[in-house]
Amino acid sequence: MTSRSAALTVAWRLSSFRSEGFPLIPMSILGLLLFAAIFANVLAPHDPEVGSLGERFRPPFWQQGGSEKFILGSDHLGRDVLSRLIFGARVSIVVGFTAVLFAGVVGTGLGILSGYLGGWVDQVIMRVTDAWLAIPALTYAIFLAAVVGPSEMNIVIILGLVYWTRYARVIRGEVLSLKERDFVRLAIVAGCSKRTIMKRHILPNVLNSAIVLGTLMLGVVVVTEAALSFLGVGVPPPKPAWGLMLADGKKGLMAGYWWLTVLPGCCIMLMVLSANLLGDWLRVKLDPQLRQL
Amino acid sequence: MKRYILKRVGYALISLVLLSVTIFLFVRVTGDPAVLLVEPGASQADIDAIRTQFGLDRPLWVQYGHFAVSLLRGDLGHSFYYRMPVLELYLSRLPNSLLLAAAAMAFSLVIGIPTGIIAAVRVNRWWDSAGKVFALLGLSLPSFWVGLLLILFFSVYLGWLPSSGSGSAAHVVMPAFALGWYFAAAHMRLTRSSMLDVLGSEYVKLARLKGLPEALVIGKHAFKNALIPVLTLAGINLVIMVNVAVVVETVFAWPGVGRLLAEGIAFRDFPVVQATVILGGFMIVIVNLLVDVLYAVIDPRIRLER
Amino acid sequence: MSDAPLLELKGLSTHYVSARGTRVVRAVDEVSLTLAPGSTLGIVGESGSGKSTLALTILRLLPPAAKIVAGEILFEGEDLLAKSDVEMRRVRGKRIAMILQDPMASLNPLFTIGDQVSEPLRVHEGVGRRSAWRRATDLLKAVRISAPESRVREYPHQMSGGMRQRIVGAIAISCAPRLLIADEPTTSLDLTIQAQYLNLLRDLQRERQLALIFITHNLGIVAKMCDQVAVMYAGRLVEWGPVTRIFDAPAHPYTRALLESIPRMGDGRERLTAIEGQPPDLAAPPGGCAFHPRCPQAMSRCREEAPPETALGPSHTARCWLNVPAAVPTASAR
Repeated sequence: MTSRSAALTVAWRLSSFRSEGFPLIPMSILGLLLFAAIFANVLAPHDPEVGSLGERFRPPFWQQGGSEKFILGSDHLGRDVLSRLIFGARVSIVVGFTAVLFAGVVGTGLGILSGYLGGWVDQVIMRVTDAWLAIPALTYAIFLAAVVGPSEMNIVIILGLVYWTRYARVIRGEVLSLKERDFVRLAIVAGCSKRTIMKRHILPNVLNSAIVLGTLMLGVVVVTEAALSFLGVGVPPPKPAWGLMLADGKKGLMAGYWWLTVLPGCCIMLMVLSANLLGDWLRVKLDPQLRQL
Repeated sequence: MKRYILKRVGYALISLVLLSVTIFLFVRVTGDPAVLLVEPGASQADIDAIRTQFGLDRPLWVQYGHFAVSLLRGDLGHSFYYRMPVLELYLSRLPNSLLLAAAAMAFSLVIGIPTGIIAAVRVNRWWDSAGKVFALLGLSLPSFWVGLLLILFFSVYLGWLPSSGSGSAAHVVMPAFALGWYFAAAHMRLTRSSMLDVLGSEYVKLARLKGLPEALVIGKHAFKNALIPVLTLAGINLVIMVNVAVVVETVFAWPGVGRLLAEGIAFRDFPVVQATVILGGFMIVIVNLLVDVLYAVIDPRIRLER
Repeated sequence: MSDAPLLELKGLSTHYVSARGTRVVRAVDEVSLTLAPGSTLGIVGESGSGKSTLALTILRLLPPAAKIVAGEILFEGEDLLAKSDVEMRRVRGKRIAMILQDPMASLNPLFTIGDQVSEPLRVHEGVGRRSAWRRATDLLKAVRISAPESRVREYPHQMSGGMRQRIVGAIAISCAPRLLIADEPTTSLDLTIQAQYLNLLRDLQRERQLALIFITHNLGIVAKMCDQVAVMYAGRLVEWGPVTRIFDAPAHPYTRALLESIPRMGDGRERLTAIEGQPPDLAAPPGGCAFHPRCPQAMSRCREEAPPETALGPSHTARCWLNVPAAVPTASAR
């Protein structure tokens, strides 16, 4: 449900703007985040996990009480917010991309099998997908995280497990319509094996959808990971995940320490927005007829 | 109509079975379930006792049998922390979640449907752009962050609204907004696209050819047809809201089932976690079924089928 | 029947302009014709010739991208183009009605037949609900639907295709219009039902002094039902006149080709005669006469200049250089 909403909303959003235009802003933002993630060690002024208790709850430098030592302020353990945000980008990007990749590979694979082979394979996969989709992704993810315990690796696997079903559904639909196309029928008539057809004819043609879906899922995955971390079943402390920062920030909220809440949330929002806009641009660029996403 | 309903009931049952199997397998297959099923801080002897009690050394399908039977009997375990049957605990919290979800749903429909219609009818450019921005933001802002920002503004800075707990209308406003925000955008988008589809249909064209005033064309012919998918989605979303309210309820300390789940995690109270998920899924399947049946009643095409 | 024409189109042109203003499609290009009260006109042409756009132009129900750029539409002496939206609304359904091609899609699935048939009565004549339903039942009877009292309470999906088309017809005649435009009304019907339906239309026409405009690609219907025929090609009216005259001696090569392409039993021909070539791209039509690339009698003049409308008799015009007396018919190879 979420990914479909994402796709349709963004599709609508972009339809009034010139859809040929390269989405400079989203790409720059994503590029910036990627840059921050890769070069975090160099960019961050402080160690994100170690803080000095004497410097707790410092506001950003432009406010009274702030200093240039902690440009964006410090948290309840005296850790530099900017450094944590930068390293948090690494966590979000790593977790996000890996989970999307995992979900994508599994989901696309099963979607192709399900769509092309049909029969009981299709039925089984579809029933499982239905049961999976019966529960909202977040609830499932929480449950799984509670069972296996939180760690970065576990989160990636869990997110992959929760979201592969979106891919499977969409890809299966594509495959079903691809099956009717002439070039596939020709291949069948020519005697190609099922595996060859799936690999050489079907797969390249669904890749476009898979990629577009991937960019849209990136936003969803990042938000879910943030929610999990917020609840304490995501990336475990002291690692600087943006969701965790929000959870910590809540503690200082009533006292008015706004930067601990607003800043990490802005980062999440920027990443998700950019991913969505990029996904929609890709959707139009790669195949203007991709409407079922 | 009967056949349609029976088919739907069948699907619902299959979903429920698959749901229970999935939950069951996850727990039994990953790691040591005994550790989960004991209270935190139990001794090895306790763990062994649990192992026998739950028959964890028996074959999987036997275990599932027990599991399914206890589910059917309504026995969803005992909460370690609250020391009461989880089902009872869940049901005591459920009304609060339903209240929150209803408020959030009302908000999302009141905002979503009119803006969707206006955007589709294209009253003027400004509405359309505003709508698009709203839709995109609804998608990109996590609900719990919206909640936190609301607290920052309305509780901390302005002091108008209470930041936690329940009990008065003022308590419900912010959580409902935070929860309903995403869905408002989703409902608006769906209303808009559904409306556009309907406006392009032949029967709307004929309505115009009949010389009907535009208000009647849109208000009567387009509206009812366009709303069907939206209301269907809304019905299902209501229950989904109950489930995903986990974070919003945590932010606002709202005493609903979402918060119960969060507590279960925080206190390592596994029976609570498992039961909440099962019951959540159960509700969704049931509501899906009800919505399908309601659909059958509303849409004369299905109602009058033999 | 009075002498004054019911409908007069003078030099009517409708263009579709693309969003950036670069592509202009001349969907309807300087069309002029007249229609007498109670008579029947058939508009024929290939897909994309502009027939449906012409109908929507008369009713001024064009999509936003289309604009009426020139000409006049006089209906019962009134200029329809000068009317406001509200006034036009009162014309539609009440004085001019239209039937669309697909009856299933034309009826709203969520409302009863009675509701949809009585709607024009309630809106245009202010008839109350009860009497409107009674009149709806009468209308269903008039279009020869059996058991109208029970049908009125049913829903579109419960009717057969033929019934639905009649219902759409009932809606159209409900407010006693003077003109009924039917856009391919029989295309989606079974052959056996088509004849019944056409007979029904003819009877209704006679009973109610209704003028009919048939938009169709089927010359057989034109031959059977119409007094006059208008042949359209690439948005232009290439020939217009009495059916009997035109079918006997078509003045335009396109009309001739259309007539020849109808297969007839026992005419001794071995192969079907098809018109060579493809219909033109309306955004970039051929220079001069739009038909010249496919015309077996094209002259060099046809390539250069578009032929003017030439009167060949009272209410008979054609656009072809062959009909212009001064043109020297030196046939040249294409």
